Amino acid sequence: MAYNVKEIVANKPSRFTEGHRMCAGCGAPPVTRMILRALKEEDHAVIANATGCMEVSSFIYPYTSWEDSYIHTAFECASATCAGAEAAYKAMKRQGKLPEDEHTKFIAFGGDGGTYDIGIQSLSGAMERGHDMTYVCYDNGAYMNTGIQRSSATPRFADTTTSPAGKVIPGKMQSRKDLTMIMASHHLPYVAQTIGVNNFKDLYEKAEKAIYTEGPTFLNVLSPCPRGWGYPTDMLTQINKLAIDTCYWPLYEVVEGKYKITYKPAKKLPIEEFLKPQKRFAHLFKPGNEWMIEEFQKEVDKRWQELLDLEEMSNKEA
Amino acid sequence: MSIRERLSGNEASAVAMRQINPDVVAAFPITPSTEIPQYFSTFVSNGSVDTEFVAVESEHSAMSACIGAEAAGGRAMTATSSNGLALMWEMIYIASSLRLPIVMPLVNRAISGPLNIHNDHSDAMGIRDSGWIMLFSETNQEAYDNLIMAHRIAEHKDVMLPLAVCQDGFITSHSIENIELIEDDKVKEFVGTYQPEHYLLNKKEPIAVGPMDLQAYLFEHKYQQAEAMRNAKKVILEVAKDFEKLTGRKYGLFEEYKTEDAEMIVVCMNSTAGTTKVVVDELREKGIKAGLLKIRVFRPFPVEEVAKALSHAKAIAILDKADSLNGAGGALFQDVTSAMYVNNIHVPAINYVYGIGGRDTTTKHIESVFDDLAEIVKTNTVTNPYRYLGLKKGGNQ
Repeated sequence: MAYNVKEIVANKPSRFTEGHRMCAGCGAPPVTRMILRALKEEDHAVIANATGCMEVSSFIYPYTSWEDSYIHTAFECASATCAGAEAAYKAMKRQGKLPEDEHTKFIAFGGDGGTYDIGIQSLSGAMERGHDMTYVCYDNGAYMNTGIQRSSATPRFADTTTSPAGKVIPGKMQSRKDLTMIMASHHLPYVAQTIGVNNFKDLYEKAEKAIYTEGPTFLNVLSPCPRGWGYPTDMLTQINKLAIDTCYWPLYEVVEGKYKITYKPAKKLPIEEFLKPQKRFAHLFKPGNEWMIEEFQKEVDKRWQELLDLEEMSNKEA
Repeated sequence: MSIRERLSGNEASAVAMRQINPDVVAAFPITPSTEIPQYFSTFVSNGSVDTEFVAVESEHSAMSACIGAEAAGGRAMTATSSNGLALMWEMIYIASSLRLPIVMPLVNRAISGPLNIHNDHSDAMGIRDSGWIMLFSETNQEAYDNLIMAHRIAEHKDVMLPLAVCQDGFITSHSIENIELIEDDKVKEFVGTYQPEHYLLNKKEPIAVGPMDLQAYLFEHKYQQAEAMRNAKKVILEVAKDFEKLTGRKYGLFEEYKTEDAEMIVVCMNSTAGTTKVVVDELREKGIKAGLLKIRVFRPFPVEEVAKALSHAKAIAILDKADSLNGAGGALFQDVTSAMYVNNIHVPAINYVYGIGGRDTTTKHIESVFDDLAEIVKTNTVTNPYRYLGLKKGGNQ
């Protein structure tokens, strides 16, 4: 259905309920709730979850926050687990072992640790095999569940517990992996990058497209972490807004290979605006470290330009 | 009428899987079990099964997909060997803890390193404490029969545990033997349909599987797993009885070969039992009271039954096709001797680590074991209980 926040929240009951133990100011629960709202009410879902904050906070025996069927197995294999359930669905449906008029959708959730790093093999395999499922990465840019260790999604220069900003090495020295592009290179029918609070329309519409596009689809959702990023818990909305207005986290989708940027800020803000409220970047603002902000800006500009070019190229008439 | 065929152990396993017709098979190739998914994918391509074949990118994903499929409410199977099983190891424990009756042919091969593709049991020993039922098979016929019985055991409501059917890589997996197959319709009837009580695809009753399970509950959940494993023994025997009615082939927890009056008994698993039977026959012709106890059900370990079956012997040798590298003997040796100790039975026992990395074990080797046992019977002393069989002199090469 077309996005109307009042209608959706009023008419579509939450399928991710209160009582979970995620932190205040965490980006992941509202993201999850909104994605599940994109399901048609009459459809059942099987949700596979990688080990991570979301899993350990939402399904502590004997309590669960998930209204749909849910499975967690291990850290690196939410994709394969989900793929197995989807394969069983196909086989059982074919043999008439399940009611014909019921539909089940398959959604996997993982953090950046379970998706960019330890789970990328399982993800790549499941996507290549063409399972009818949606994989959602809620990217908070580090291994937050084990206490803020760097991941390949951690931005350059960020201070984490395994890339600490020290006297000799000023935080993480490597650039962030671009997982959304990697997934686009799998030539999937639908790939999108999106964000939660403050941009629910973007998230909802992309989730709906991902879930209801047949075949393997992928969503990468920026999901700020107040503990890991070091922002006040009431600042989630602003952090999200700054992430997209600085073009640090561009919102776009790739539909059958065609790129479409879904948000182009009227005024692209300097990256400092995004970095400043976050403790993980505090050392960037010390005298003598101006070069780090410059490098950061260059990287953001380069990636934004690449995306603009891809949009133009992929939409050219053949 | 049963069907007379000539099949390799791998082909026999694949045929059993075709007859079982599971909902999902997720597998990744690894020598020497590769042929099983190869044969099976041919069945899928030719439409002779209803299965969804998932050609995963690793064994870790194979077991993960099997877990997803079985939890969803389907029957899921895979097959593997050696390092493939090692890569699955994390998921092996998760499969059993989620009480999912997945069935897996395990074609035994030495685990790396160094790399070796040939048979020993070091892969299987890696999952002996994982909560999987483990059946061992001497011949291709047994590998087939064990698979046909597997789902009835694993899916029994008092059990609900995954099950591995072991056979020796190359020795049986690639050797063609005469085999008696059961007709497709009879297998279908025997195996029955899988009707899980709770499953992910039941829209009327959504469930959550695989929680964070902390101090308040995990202990009890592990106890329930242990209880299920204890229950499995009875179920295995019940299923074997039904199987005997169907085929005339009798299976127990282990096979006793000429043990009733035996003074010397060799205990081993899988194909070495065949070699040992030849030696037992030869010795019996000479009037020597030799016997064999072949373990079929390694997990759950038949503690009382094994102890009782060995109680009248004067000396026993336990053959381990994997070294536990603990300075104290192989896993089967420790299980057997512990079983005897707790049942107050004392018979002199020795352990041989043998056949590592596919080292051939011949009748000559087994004869030497009986020679050693004869010496123990004569002197009533065991000088070194932890021995090697077929190792080059001094173990240096």
